Amino acid sequence: MPPVQVRGEVLAVKQIGAYISMTVVATGIAEQTRPGQFVAVAVGGDDGSMLLRRAFSIYQVASRGVYGGTVEFIFAAHGKGTTWLAHRRPHDPIDVVGPLGRPFSLPKDPANCVLVGGGYGSAPLFMLAEALRNRGCRVDFVLGAASQDRMFGALDAKRMAQSVAFTTDDGSFGEQGRVSDALPEVIDRVHADVVYACGPMPMLEAVYAVSAAAYDGAGIPTQLAVEESMACGIGVCMTCVLPVIDDEGQTRMMRSCVEGAVFAGDRIRWDSLGTVPADAVGAASMSVAAND
Amino acid sequence: MTEITIRADHDEPSLPDVDMSTELGRGVVVGNPVFTASGCAAAGRELAAFNDLNALGGVVTKSIQLAPRSGRPTPRMAETPSGMLNSIGLQGPGIDSFLSNDLRWLTENDIRAAVSIAGSSVDEYTRLAQRLRGHPVAMVEVNISCPNVEDRGQVFACDPSASAAVVEAVRRATPPTVPVFAKLSPDVTDIVAIARSCVDAGADGLTLINTTLGLAIDHWTMRPVLAGVTGGLSGPAIRPLAVRCVWQVHAALPDVPLMGVGGIRTGVDALEFILAGASAIQVGTIIFNDPSAPSRISHELRTALSQRGIERLREAIGLAHRPPKLVVPEEPDPPGDEPVVEEQVRRAIAFEDV
Repeated sequence: MPPVQVRGEVLAVKQIGAYISMTVVATGIAEQTRPGQFVAVAVGGDDGSMLLRRAFSIYQVASRGVYGGTVEFIFAAHGKGTTWLAHRRPHDPIDVVGPLGRPFSLPKDPANCVLVGGGYGSAPLFMLAEALRNRGCRVDFVLGAASQDRMFGALDAKRMAQSVAFTTDDGSFGEQGRVSDALPEVIDRVHADVVYACGPMPMLEAVYAVSAAAYDGAGIPTQLAVEESMACGIGVCMTCVLPVIDDEGQTRMMRSCVEGAVFAGDRIRWDSLGTVPADAVGAASMSVAAND
Repeated sequence: MTEITIRADHDEPSLPDVDMSTELGRGVVVGNPVFTASGCAAAGRELAAFNDLNALGGVVTKSIQLAPRSGRPTPRMAETPSGMLNSIGLQGPGIDSFLSNDLRWLTENDIRAAVSIAGSSVDEYTRLAQRLRGHPVAMVEVNISCPNVEDRGQVFACDPSASAAVVEAVRRATPPTVPVFAKLSPDVTDIVAIARSCVDAGADGLTLINTTLGLAIDHWTMRPVLAGVTGGLSGPAIRPLAVRCVWQVHAALPDVPLMGVGGIRTGVDALEFILAGASAIQVGTIIFNDPSAPSRISHELRTALSQRGIERLREAIGLAHRPPKLVVPEEPDPPGDEPVVEEQVRRAIAFEDV
């Protein structure tokens, strides 16, 4: 199903710790959302000066009920666009495009799955946990944040998972440290078959490194939802690219909005993030710079 | 006396009856003057979920080059007031993949393809135009805002003779039934001089304007935001600049079809370009904000024309250039009632030193 653009309305805005949760009535998006997909939201109004859409992972959807389909996403009001969004009130109009991006791949047969989230990056992991449990998978969580108020979904995780390990940078909640410090023990203890993660790029890189080193270097597969800044979210602007190895083994500058945002960790060229590796397809033609 | 028709503006079951067709040269007439702008619609496919693409004038594809290009490192964009800067570096699959995938998809879906080509030498542009021969291409748009490797990286679009050399070569390599448009950069001293030399070299029309060069600095890292340092500024921020360019070129070359592009967000924005002298318009950056903008703007433009009593789009092209209307009373005053104007006699004033 292709994504849809919905001129919906805000149903609820809630403060959750350091984050904002926004629920919007967006019929047509909720019904087809799969775990790991995201929405792109227009900010600033029809005549505003902020043109670029803001992309947010979908936390929850409800496709039935009195309001029709609703979509809930989580964000931090740290910029002009997200601050505008945080000031919306119920019934305000809102323009949402979704669901976007490739969802998480799910194991065909029951498997032991570790879900790792950093900050509000954990938001898409709860729909994923539900889908995994429906397939008979074991689900364990590792959730990390800078501090307790930035830990998102602790209760959800406890309710859904066999076990939850919490880490904070300042030690205000759970163990002091990073998710990648707690992850090796969890992988061993639950005999993990796959690691899913969503969060900032440095966290994903660390999660990938731990997963690749598991089982004495045999490694386990990872499904990582990356965060790259986007302008459109639908695949036309070419701004959200990162170097990824394709099925033929060639590195291409792939759009995280349509070819991602979920990638297998072993496909991402971690050493070359933020650059174009010399062996990437088309890198050789770049000696001559064009304007745009 | 003007006839006033009262119509319901709301809940109108069908669109107002306006002839939206426009001419692009070489006998090519399209039923809708609204196109997508190069670099803002990829090759159309991603926008099909949000627009009736075959009802548009056409899709101007992202500029295609001979070889695949990886594009530049990230960050590639920065949001700026009512606009954005981009420095993508023409990421693309190269002409072969474009023809067998993208152009084929457009053709299979009955979408008019206006193919934008970009090269780093006159020879590359020529070869691209030759590769397009025999393929269903509605129009060729020549992106001349590229550095010329044979002239120390000087941008073609900034030099009248380099622009002309590219246009002449592409025109010669393109079938006579296919119009060739040159897309001009606003970053020049005299846009009319460049426009004239492109037209003299055989351009059937001109696309005005490409992005203008800008720069943004991150106040935390205290470094340029873009990996490419400078980037092309686009969006509503540049609309007055684009309208000015269309106005100047239409005034100088009134018979040349112009495609107006730069910051169009609504139907009346599009109308502004038509009134300045554009025969067609392109919707660019606003697609990132509103993926259904091309279809929406088509409808809004039609409504805007109808609201002004204009039945054919072509009547509105360049209309803003007509002289200001003299204010004449609707009915002449009866003779004898004219106000008596006293003759003003200048008095001679004498000065003296005191």
